[in-house]
Amino acid sequence: MYSRRKLFIKGMLFLFPALIIIIIFRFTPILYALRISFYNWGIAGSKGFVGFNNYLSVLQDSEFWIALSNTFWYVITVVPGVVILSLFIAVLLNQNLKVKGLFRTAYFLPVVTSIIAISIVWKWIYHPRIGVANYFLQIIGLDPLLWLDEPRGVFEMIFQRKLPLFFKGPSLALFSLSIMTIWKSLGYNIIIFLAGLQNIPNHYYESASIDGASAWQAFKHLTLPLLSPTTFYVIMMTTIISFQVFAPVWMMTGPPPGGPLGTTNVVVYYLFDKAFNFLKYGYATAVAFILFIIVLALTILQKRFGEKNVHYE
Amino acid sequence: MSIMNKLRRHSNILVYIVLGIGAVSMIFPFFWMMSTSLKTPYEAVQFPPTMLPSQIDLSNYSEAWSKVNFGRYFLNTIFMALSTLAGVLITSILAAYAFARLDFLGREILFVGMLAVMMIPMPVYIVPGYLILMKFGWIDTYYALIVPWTANVFSIFLLRQHFKTIPKDLYDAAVIDGYSDLGFLFKVVVPLSKPALATISIFSIIGSWNSFLWPLVVTNSDSIRPVQVGLAYFIQEQSTNYTLLMAASTFVVLPLIVLFFIAQKQIIASYARSGLKD
Repeated sequence: MYSRRKLFIKGMLFLFPALIIIIIFRFTPILYALRISFYNWGIAGSKGFVGFNNYLSVLQDSEFWIALSNTFWYVITVVPGVVILSLFIAVLLNQNLKVKGLFRTAYFLPVVTSIIAISIVWKWIYHPRIGVANYFLQIIGLDPLLWLDEPRGVFEMIFQRKLPLFFKGPSLALFSLSIMTIWKSLGYNIIIFLAGLQNIPNHYYESASIDGASAWQAFKHLTLPLLSPTTFYVIMMTTIISFQVFAPVWMMTGPPPGGPLGTTNVVVYYLFDKAFNFLKYGYATAVAFILFIIVLALTILQKRFGEKNVHYE
Repeated sequence: MSIMNKLRRHSNILVYIVLGIGAVSMIFPFFWMMSTSLKTPYEAVQFPPTMLPSQIDLSNYSEAWSKVNFGRYFLNTIFMALSTLAGVLITSILAAYAFARLDFLGREILFVGMLAVMMIPMPVYIVPGYLILMKFGWIDTYYALIVPWTANVFSIFLLRQHFKTIPKDLYDAAVIDGYSDLGFLFKVVVPLSKPALATISIFSIIGSWNSFLWPLVVTNSDSIRPVQVGLAYFIQEQSTNYTLLMAASTFVVLPLIVLFFIAQKQIIASYARSGLKD
């Protein structure tokens, strides 16, 4: 038997390699960032303590609010799109289909491919003049769209009139990014839903069938409630990840990124721009913490709301 | 007859059609990427476009490959991926063992502290991470690309869960046989944990291959760029040469697509496992 002291030393020795990396590159940066965010911090280091001024100026910058509302629209379009489509496809795949493996491969392929390559492929598909997306529209007799170059809100385009503020909806440019993101993240969430579906015992469906339930009733009263922990997980993860969107904006929009007319500027691009184009490090870290607080608040809110509606067995 | 059976009998064909349309939409961007990459620049910009190249033109690949230093980017990425993987495996195996088997004081607090780190979104790290690396003099070095990623809380967590399932009897027997903790860990526990280790490795390799924002921030010079950053700059330079861009995109995604086809079952199972952590 070891003494407590010896055991502690041994534990620390085993943890040491991981701990040192995590302390230096995970804990320290967070504390450091917290500090920087209270300073007027530029390329040459600190130019003095400014208290909450960075946070206040972020909150007073109209560009930040535009970026935040764009990010909200992005999340609001991506999350339901991903949840509904991946659940739908997972339910269809969860039958003993002959070519299930083939379908699964097709849906999963975008998950392992890099967002950079994918972004440029989709930019090419969305090309306003010679893109294949417009070619497909032409085939079914619709007018071509500007896609990533279109600053008008999608609701404005649907109702063909100018609309104020929030009623515009996301610009078509931003919505085009949402479509690509949904396409890219479906596969992962289908796999998660399939795992959840396979945990539902088959005899539940058998008894429902004996009771004369229709397929839709079984889905509504059995599948959905029993799957709710998985659905909850998918909603949470997709929300958290979507709030941090950066690469598609940087790769596909503009120049400068965030265009047309700032309608695809999102919070992380705004942060990146302030940090590395304007070299306002203090200001940029304040943006990062505001983003973190928003995501945290939403997560807690979803958890509160979600737990009422999640049925754990 | 279950409802699923009933559903299947009535709408089998419909299900295949819906899934088929979905699958085609999933594959189409890849098809379009490759089709464009094989066209002549002239054919690629025709409208209406041709679905398949009228003649196969492979010159886009050689031109894209030699225009910038893609060979170097690939080597950088492979070096980065393998070094990171080695680091992740060592740190995760040791730490997971400590968390799963060694009952020392402060273990729970440290574990919860590590899990809390997972809550912090990546964007928070960008600026302070950059400034810390600057203090180390590591900006634009391989250290900056590799060292910060050689420990991974998620991997430690996943491996700890697996180590906990290994029966304590094995440990007691090993102690009687004169094994030390390290001996037991590497001769008994590790060989029993191949699926979990494969999962960690898969995530590590895919993560390295596709990592973008961090390498973009911490590298400046061309010779050190990993492949995603190299591709991003290539895209900016060649903004409208879509045949070249599609060729470059194709060879950048190809290694992972090949890996995916080789280890598909394992990869999909790994992703499925990642969702069941709570």
